[in-house]
Amino acid sequence: MVLGVDEAKRWLTRVNDEIHHNKGYLTNLDQAIGDGDHGINMARGFNEVQKKLTVSTYADLGGLCKDIGMTLLSKVGGASGPLYGTVFLKMSGVLKGCETASIDELTAALDAGLKGIEERGKAKPGDKTMIDVWQPFIQYLQKNGESIDWDKVIILVKEKTEFTKEMEAKKGRAAYLGKRSIGHIDPGAASSNILLTELAYVFKGEVTS
Amino acid sequence: MSYVSIVVLSHSFDIVAGVRDLLKQVQPDVPLAIAGGLKNGELGTDVFAIKSAIESVYSPLGVVILFDLGSARLNAEMAIEMLEENQNIRLVDAPLVEGSYAAIIEAGCGADLEDVIAAAMTMKSWNKLSD
Repeated sequence: MVLGVDEAKRWLTRVNDEIHHNKGYLTNLDQAIGDGDHGINMARGFNEVQKKLTVSTYADLGGLCKDIGMTLLSKVGGASGPLYGTVFLKMSGVLKGCETASIDELTAALDAGLKGIEERGKAKPGDKTMIDVWQPFIQYLQKNGESIDWDKVIILVKEKTEFTKEMEAKKGRAAYLGKRSIGHIDPGAASSNILLTELAYVFKGEVTS
Repeated sequence: MSYVSIVVLSHSFDIVAGVRDLLKQVQPDVPLAIAGGLKNGELGTDVFAIKSAIESVYSPLGVVILFDLGSARLNAEMAIEMLEENQNIRLVDAPLVEGSYAAIIEAGCGADLEDVIAAAMTMKSWNKLSD
């Protein structure tokens, strides 16, 4: 299967639904170890994304990703705005001119997105951030290419999200809590779990328009 | 006379508005811009507001930016990358109030970019309880 503009729209529509569904959960996670607005910020940002998707047509995936990136950058607020904004802007660079993307092309785009998060956030694996979900996800895609088992992907990202609970935060406001951040899932990891899980559902073919 | 400019960023508009009042009182001549909070009045940092603030006081002599927490740095770095003229714009790791106070006094004396940054940085280890 390849990812086209319609599939990408379905993916982001699903993400918007799930972010709204989990708005309270994300905010609760952020109240425990952050500034308590992650659910609100993400819901506001993806609401705008949804509006854009409804009224816009895109000639290629690069154009779609750029529009989404700029929307998240301007509407999300918090650290997640520049981080998720950077993901989609980096993806737009790789997918420029692509009407569809193969798994390899999509993996390259998502990997550019991960590198963008690392540069922007200056975090590394183990710092209790969204990178702790993105990095193993990208590694799995790179390793398995066309023979990806999307059910395994869904389990993997969920496990990696849960695992941030055991970590001590080194970045963001949670870092001010030091060891007291242990025992709570990282909010950015939890929203990344939604983003990546919904992508897997689109590839599984379980999401139709 | 031209000066190194100062930009102060916070998640809260009230914080930067208060800092601006303090700084203007001690040094009204140095170009100073602030960005704090989101458009709707909520707490947060806005990359486009930060970009406009920097542009409004941009000087080839330099712009020194002081900031508060987490996303202030991320959004400031992103704003700098988005600017067409972004030479000599520097983020400084210093306390927001004391650092910007020291920076604007130094800038007002006609100091160059490195000296203004050094003045702000000194506030990291300044002892406020010394006799």
